[in-house]
Amino acid sequence: MLGLEFPNINEVIRWQNIFGSFNKIALIACLAAVIGSLIFILGNAKDPMKAPKGVRNLAETIVDFVDDTVMGTIGKEGLVWTPWLIALFVFVYLCNLPGIIPFFQMPATARMALPLFLAVIVWVVYNAVGFRHQKAGYLGHMLWPPGVPVAMKPLVGLIEFVSNIILRPFSLAIRLFANMLAGHMLLVTFALLSEALFQAKTSKFALVPMGILPMFMLIFLTAFEVLVGFLQAYIFLILTCVYIGQARQGHGDEHHDEPAHAAAH
Amino acid sequence: MEAISHLVAQGLNADDQKAANAAIGAGFAYGLAAIGPGIGIGYVVGKAIEAMARQPEAAGMVRTTMFLGIAFTEALALIGFVVFILLGL
Repeated sequence: MLGLEFPNINEVIRWQNIFGSFNKIALIACLAAVIGSLIFILGNAKDPMKAPKGVRNLAETIVDFVDDTVMGTIGKEGLVWTPWLIALFVFVYLCNLPGIIPFFQMPATARMALPLFLAVIVWVVYNAVGFRHQKAGYLGHMLWPPGVPVAMKPLVGLIEFVSNIILRPFSLAIRLFANMLAGHMLLVTFALLSEALFQAKTSKFALVPMGILPMFMLIFLTAFEVLVGFLQAYIFLILTCVYIGQARQGHGDEHHDEPAHAAAH
Repeated sequence: MEAISHLVAQGLNADDQKAANAAIGAGFAYGLAAIGPGIGIGYVVGKAIEAMARQPEAAGMVRTTMFLGIAFTEALALIGFVVFILLGL
């Protein structure tokens, strides 16, 4: 009845094993790690006294970009986290990018394993930062923003606990995963639609040129995916920065009103 | 919704009927999940553009905060999308 048969979800996102249980997703993730490292190793090998060009230029642009983001969200004390955040950002971006590269055609982050693992790392890091900088006070600061009435404390504490400890890593992983999967599915849909319309036979001659329309949509969506891949890596970076920044200093600036905390800062 | 599933159900066996109901549910799940975040993201971006137009020198800061707001709002739509995948395909 339908003009085209949409393939099962497993056919769209599951890949054959190349050897053992090593498939295309793992290959992309490995390549992303290797290429990401190579950019910085090669960039670092150049003479820093000369004007940067080539790989070093790229590496410096990335460092500048992440530095600016860190300065805007955590502040100057957060700069110690820049190397780790650069690794995270570059890895996520290079995993997103193959979604639009011919022959790869699959973002490695469109499978849940990778985003979930990254989100768990971020979760461990921001909680560790919180305990390191606020000691045991971290839990209290996390659960109760300053100025909460005593009667409301159980409710607010429960909500904050669920949102900070359980929902944060979950939504961080889901955001990256679902965005990349949605993009991949859109590309698959329009690729199949273009193919089906190219091959369709119709008695009305005026309908034949219409077959080209999904093709334009496919090109537009591919360009859109370039943007989405970068944007999702950027959002992952910003959110990681914000979580670390919050864990460092509790709930923003309100603490400076309280003398006990002002002394501690 | 029941009327639709009733229409679809005519002349189908139990398995097909279940699949048809799941597909209908998936369509509704994603459609409903997209309403709120759609309005929300429109609001966030609209206000951010207003702020940038009023104070172009603060554009960088506004943009970062805008992306944060979009990311939080969008999460709900994406959970709807995941439910859509789980139910429908």
